[in-house]
Order: sequence, then C-alpha cells, then structure tokens
Amino acid sequence: MVEQGKIRIMVAKPGLDGHDRGARILSRYFRDAGFEVIYTGCHQTPEQIAAAAVQEDVDLVGLSCLSGAHRFLFPRVVELLRQQGAGDIVVIAGGIIPEDDFPFLHQAGIKAIFTPGASLESIVDWIKENVKTGSGNE
Amino acid sequence: MSKPAVEMSKPLDDREKAAKITAGDVRTASRLIRNLEDRLPTAKTTLKHIFLHTGRAHVIGITGSPGAGKSTIADALIASYRKLGKTVGVLAVDPTSPFTGGAILGDRIRMQRHAEDPGVFIRSLATRGSLGGLSHAVGDAIHVLDAMGKDIILIETVGTGQQEVEIINHAHTVVVLLVPGMGDEIQAMKAGIMEIADIFVINKADREGARQLHGIISAMLDLAREFPGGWRPPILEVENFFEPVSFLDRIAILQESVDRHYQLMAGSELLEDRLKRKSILELNEALRAALIEPVMHDLVREGEFAGMISRIMKKEADPYSLAEEIAARYFKAKTAGKTQVARLA
Repeated sequence: MVEQGKIRIMVAKPGLDGHDRGARILSRYFRDAGFEVIYTGCHQTPEQIAAAAVQEDVDLVGLSCLSGAHRFLFPRVVELLRQQGAGDIVVIAGGIIPEDDFPFLHQAGIKAIFTPGASLESIVDWIKENVKTGSGNE
Repeated sequence: MSKPAVEMSKPLDDREKAAKITAGDVRTASRLIRNLEDRLPTAKTTLKHIFLHTGRAHVIGITGSPGAGKSTIADALIASYRKLGKTVGVLAVDPTSPFTGGAILGDRIRMQRHAEDPGVFIRSLATRGSLGGLSHAVGDAIHVLDAMGKDIILIETVGTGQQEVEIINHAHTVVVLLVPGMGDEIQAMKAGIMEIADIFVINKADREGARQLHGIISAMLDLAREFPGGWRPPILEVENFFEPVSFLDRIAILQESVDRHYQLMAGSELLEDRLKRKSILELNEALRAALIEPVMHDLVREGEFAGMISRIMKKEADPYSLAEEIAARYFKAKTAGKTQVARLA
C-alpha cells in the first residue's frame, strides 16, 4: 500500500527578529491543510535552516522576516540549499518586504513572496499548485 | 556533500544509494526515510542493501507525557554525547491530525543548535495513524541512521499517556520522563508506561511534588519480583533548565546511567533478548507486507475486491469466509508448486 506522499514544509525565521506569531499561525494553518510542518523557531542562521531542511527532506521552506534583513538572509538560504544539492527545495518568503525588493529576491531564487494582507488560503493554494512532494524521486 | 540536484540526472540504483548512506550522505538518507514513511516498495529494496551494515548503534528511547521535557532532555543528551566524540542520530515523533492528516513537528525547535553539526542528524516523523507512540517507519529509519554510522540513536516518542509502549521494541535503553503532579500510587502501579522504564527521570524536579513522586516510583519498584539482569531502574531528578550548572550535572548523571545500562545489556543475554524481539517483529511485518500486499494488489486489479466489499455490505457474505477462500486459493498454488519441486528433486 503506497501512501499518498505528504508535502513536507519547514517554516523558519532567520535572523534576529523574534516576532513569530505569524509564522506560528501559518504553521498551524498548514497543518490543517494536511501538510507536515516542521517549525524550527526564531533566531535561526541561514546555515541552520538549510541544514535542517536537508535533514528533514522538506519540499518547501517558508521564510519569515520582519526586521528588514531579508535581502541578505533569504538569498543566503537558497544559495546554501543549492550548495548542498537541495536546489529543488522551493523557497518562499513572507514578512515586511518592500515591493521594490521583489525583483531582487525573485532573481535570487525566492519563488513567491507574501506580505501582510495575503490570505492564508492564498498561500496554501499557491503551495498546492506549485509544490509537488519529493517522495519517490531519488 | 552531494552534487547539485541538476546534475543528478540518472537515478541511483540501490547499491549506489546504500553506499552513499553508509558513507553518511544526508540527502540520500533523508529521502530514503521519506520513502519509507510513504511506504514506497522501492524503499524496502534499498533497505536490503543497508541492513547488513546495521546493529552497531546504541538506541535510546525517550518517552513521557506532552511537555514533560523530552526534546529538552534529548538536546542535552546530544550535547553530552558529542562532547564524548560520538555521532548522534535523532528521530523525533509528533502526532498526525486524525482529521486533516497534517502535523506540526515541533521537537526540533529545542535541538536546533545542533543543526549545523555534521555529527548530528535530526529527523522529525509524524505518526500517520500509528497508535504506539511512534511512526510505522521508525524501525526502518533506525536502520538508516545506524547504517550512516551514528553511534547513538535517540528516539523521542510522541507525548505519551499510559499505553504507548512501542518504544520497547526499538530501543535498547528506555528513559521514561515524569513530572510532578501525575497522580497517586495507583497510577504508578498500572501496567503500561510505568513498566517499560530502564531509567526514570523526574523532570522539573524543582517543582512541588517531586519528592512524593520519587517515593511513589520507588515504592512501586520495591514490589517488583525481580529485575532482569539485576538492573533496578534508577530514579534520577533533573531540575531547572535555567540553572545551567546543576542542569548539566544532572544530565551527566543521566548519560552515565544510560551508558551503564547499555554495558550491562551488552554483557548479558538482555541485549540478545531485545534483538530477538525486534527481529521477530521485523520478520512479522515484512511477511505481512510480502504476503498480504500482493494479494490485495491482485484482488484490486482484478476488480474482485470491490465486489467482495459490496457482498459483505449486503450481508451476502462474511469477511471471515472470504478471507479463508482467498487464503486457500493462494496456499493451494504454493502447495502445488512445492510438490512439483519435490518431484523434480
């Protein structure tokens, strides 16, 4: 009996920003959408996030940052994942991110950006549409 | 580290995958664990190639009620074993929602300081319907970490109540975490979780009720007729995480105790007893997979399965007779084959 592969997601907060209410609510919402969610807590370095994502074999990493350091932290996570042979893990982002930074972040490999006001449904819908479980691929 | 995914055009065969895992490749190991969780038949084929490399690790189970401090203790033990130069694998299990199939796997939060340490591999697993406090994939995932060469494998169960004791089938040493306020002596006398401890830890022992709890467990142990191998489970107290010096002292005592237990097991028939129990379980499960799954597959493919279900629903047939018929059909084929072989011989 092959079980339907579950989508595994890691929600992580890189950097010094300790405001994780949003990340927690999102994690809970992902759970209710049927995903397996690994929440790693606040104050993570990009190195910790990338290493954990590979160990956990997630399909998607959702980064949240409200402190303004996203231009450094987000691309670094993508870069580290690629270095570890995990460039297929989709990285999306949320938080206080000025629209002017979108092109730069997209260029750096962030697949989608959700800012305040984005509905929880819209994020789940995006994931269901764009992320496939890596189960079975070897 | 492995090469970038874009270059991995050709899928690896099982032998190559096994070689990567025994060389400690994280990406290959974590994908194999995922495929085992998803019950992909190919994952079992890979396991065949690593099984013979397993059996070296000391497997330690940590169980206890939700919020008792399992992840915190696991984190402290990781640090403790790393200081001794041992490599550590962790399997941390959290529950799957019975309603949505989703899960929050949050044990890792407490252990994230080890994320970058190449000597530590931490993997969260969801129960996906298993009721024993673990995931169905735990046994196989232990083999994967073992084959990766981890010296110590820590298994953190879900937050348990009284009954989730499956950890004894997998761990050499079981640490049961209790916190003050669990109830009276009767709770300690009940079968289940209170029976499976090789080591009791009273966590948060700076709280009121710790001394009473100690007395209750001790009295419960006094009633035991005998202790296998003469090991009376010690009762250790761990307190105040925010007093780092005394906390680490207590963790050091716990770690020594865990090691002493393993040494005792290794020097007696106890280790073999556990290995035997695990081997019986594994062959049992593998047989089930090898016998039942192909039969189910046939029945479903031939369209027979749906018909049988509807006959049961309409009370035209009972499931017991149907199962006997199916079994008879398959076993007959097997007996016929055997006769043939016998005749040829």
